[in-house]
Amino acid sequence: MSDTLNFEDPYAGTSESIDGEVFNVTGGDWDSIQPTGVDGDRIVINMGPQHPSTHGVLRLILELDGEQVHDARAGIGYLHTGIEKNMEYRTWTQGVTYCTRMDYVAPFSTEAAYVGAVERLLGIEDDIPERANIIRVLLLELNRISSHLIAIATGGMEIGALTVMTCGFRDREIVLNLFETITGLRMNHAFIRPGGVPLDIPEGGMAELRDGVALLKKRLPEYAALCNENPIFKGRLKGIGHLNLAGAMALGITGPILRSTGMDWDLRKKQPYWGYETYDFDVITRDEPDAYGRFRIRLDEMWESLKIVEQCLERLDATVGQPIMVADKKIAWPAQLTVGSDGQGNSPEHIKHIMGESMEALIHHFKIVTEGFKVPAGQAYFAVESPKGEIACHAVADGGTRPYRVHFREPSFVNLQGVSVMSEGSMLSDVIVAVASIDPVMGGVDR
Amino acid sequence: MSDTQDPSQPTEQGLVPESATQLEIVNVREGAFGVHGSGDTSGYGTVRRPVVMPGPSRAPFGGWFDDVAEGIANGPGLGNAIEKVVVDRGEITFYIQRDKIVETVQHLRDNAALRFEYCSGVSGVHFPDETGREFHVVYHLLSMTHNRRIRLEVRCPDSDPHVPSVVGVYPTADWHERETWDMFGVQFDGHPGLTRILMPDDWPGHPQRKDYPLGGIDVEFKGGFNSAPDQRRSYN
Repeated sequence: MSDTLNFEDPYAGTSESIDGEVFNVTGGDWDSIQPTGVDGDRIVINMGPQHPSTHGVLRLILELDGEQVHDARAGIGYLHTGIEKNMEYRTWTQGVTYCTRMDYVAPFSTEAAYVGAVERLLGIEDDIPERANIIRVLLLELNRISSHLIAIATGGMEIGALTVMTCGFRDREIVLNLFETITGLRMNHAFIRPGGVPLDIPEGGMAELRDGVALLKKRLPEYAALCNENPIFKGRLKGIGHLNLAGAMALGITGPILRSTGMDWDLRKKQPYWGYETYDFDVITRDEPDAYGRFRIRLDEMWESLKIVEQCLERLDATVGQPIMVADKKIAWPAQLTVGSDGQGNSPEHIKHIMGESMEALIHHFKIVTEGFKVPAGQAYFAVESPKGEIACHAVADGGTRPYRVHFREPSFVNLQGVSVMSEGSMLSDVIVAVASIDPVMGGVDR
Repeated sequence: MSDTQDPSQPTEQGLVPESATQLEIVNVREGAFGVHGSGDTSGYGTVRRPVVMPGPSRAPFGGWFDDVAEGIANGPGLGNAIEKVVVDRGEITFYIQRDKIVETVQHLRDNAALRFEYCSGVSGVHFPDETGREFHVVYHLLSMTHNRRIRLEVRCPDSDPHVPSVVGVYPTADWHERETWDMFGVQFDGHPGLTRILMPDDWPGHPQRKDYPLGGIDVEFKGGFNSAPDQRRSYN
């Protein structure tokens, strides 16, 4: 063993070989290696795309000098599934089923951007029933909580705070159970449809929602108690992944990262949609443009989302029985779903109506389901505030029953450009923290 | 197909409004359901309808749209940078001359009255029937100062798919332009490293072009075969 290596590692074996010195994998030995080995030479290492700390199939190419990162680049595309291209071969309503699979941690935001663009193209933005918009806002805000919980949980896991991870996934389960109650699914909901939502809150759903909110209120303080003043947690996060306002604007970064620079940009307030201007909530900002500030913002935003959810519940109580789908039957998807003995399907009353009572209703049902509706030619851009920042859909219609082109401006995709600026000059271990503070979801990055 | 039509010529089936002076015809739809050779005797199979995108608007455009339009036109050397303006569904689109796009976004970003300091994204749209301007590169700009959104469009032909890069003005456009190159094959001149981003480096073709097939194979179900999605009979 070389005399410059003065540590003992029973598993690493010898670093002597006939081809020169071998560097083992235990780390922490760069100071001793440098004089004999690399001598200021930099090495390029490949982190990912199957690395447990890169938040999915993200590949980072790092140029290291010792443990210091000189150059960091992100390689993406490993989860590209051609969703935008696929949507050009489906009807406008079926498109929701595809785009909900992009950012699978915050699927409702993607659905919202797409459906908002379709409704603007159709010119029915003002015709969406109030109750439909309340249910949409309810789902969007519950989704913000579950997405932020994932961000905090995986971010904690990647720095070794496994309790944060188990707590985060435990509480996300509360939200997923509520999703299952409302939409029937825990993910891939396709629940926000052009014209409204397909289903009303089911029987007993309101009680479950109230219980869920109460439980979340009990659980959320645990994160603050565990992390906010935890010296190890702060030591790992404070000052890491620094990105100031000018950098965030130049790189197009939105969401908690932008708000951690003190900028109070939140589309729910600045360009409200679906009645957000009527809800009482605050935009959380901090003057700590680092990973710790972003963690605290996510923590506080969950409380603001809970405030909105509670207002939604009040409004749902006041609007019982009101429509949840646009009145225009040429657009409204015929989703009278119930759960029967053989699974979920159209309700027996609807089947009886179209199969036994009205030929015209059957023709209409068949036409709207197979052909869909036509959307007048033109283009629209609809942006919503997702948990990760501005998610927007640019939809181009050619007057047909299928999208001519849909493009999603995914916040994960854009924000990930900040990984170079956030991690260059820092230690290798801080790259993990910086990536976690961006909270990219590769399904959204690669689409 | 040209995007301008002589209004004195009779339009197909009278479906085009006579008041329209400049038509953005991007396609012609034939038949009721996009099916050919089906022995359809209903007459619907002979229907021909042009696909017309919203036509150009004339000033005044209303509200702050006019301020931005004048702001661009008054920019240094940008007197004729705007090819046309389309106001549709409450959104404004400026069609910008290809060689003026960098100067235009620079002016839009730096002028205090305009201050579009934020670029939401860059993407492309492919119109294979628009001869000479098949590719549209679309820029969505946001002014956080004034809380305004605009859309810029630059068109370029398939035979010369070059557009100047705006990365120097908006660094965020880096990955967006790479994606547009990857998906459409539009080359952004001046981009610091225009490589593929989502598809593998050695991938042939540009998948979001309309002439690029979706792919997929027939799926057997109980002895019958379901065609791949892009091969199925479909409505149009």
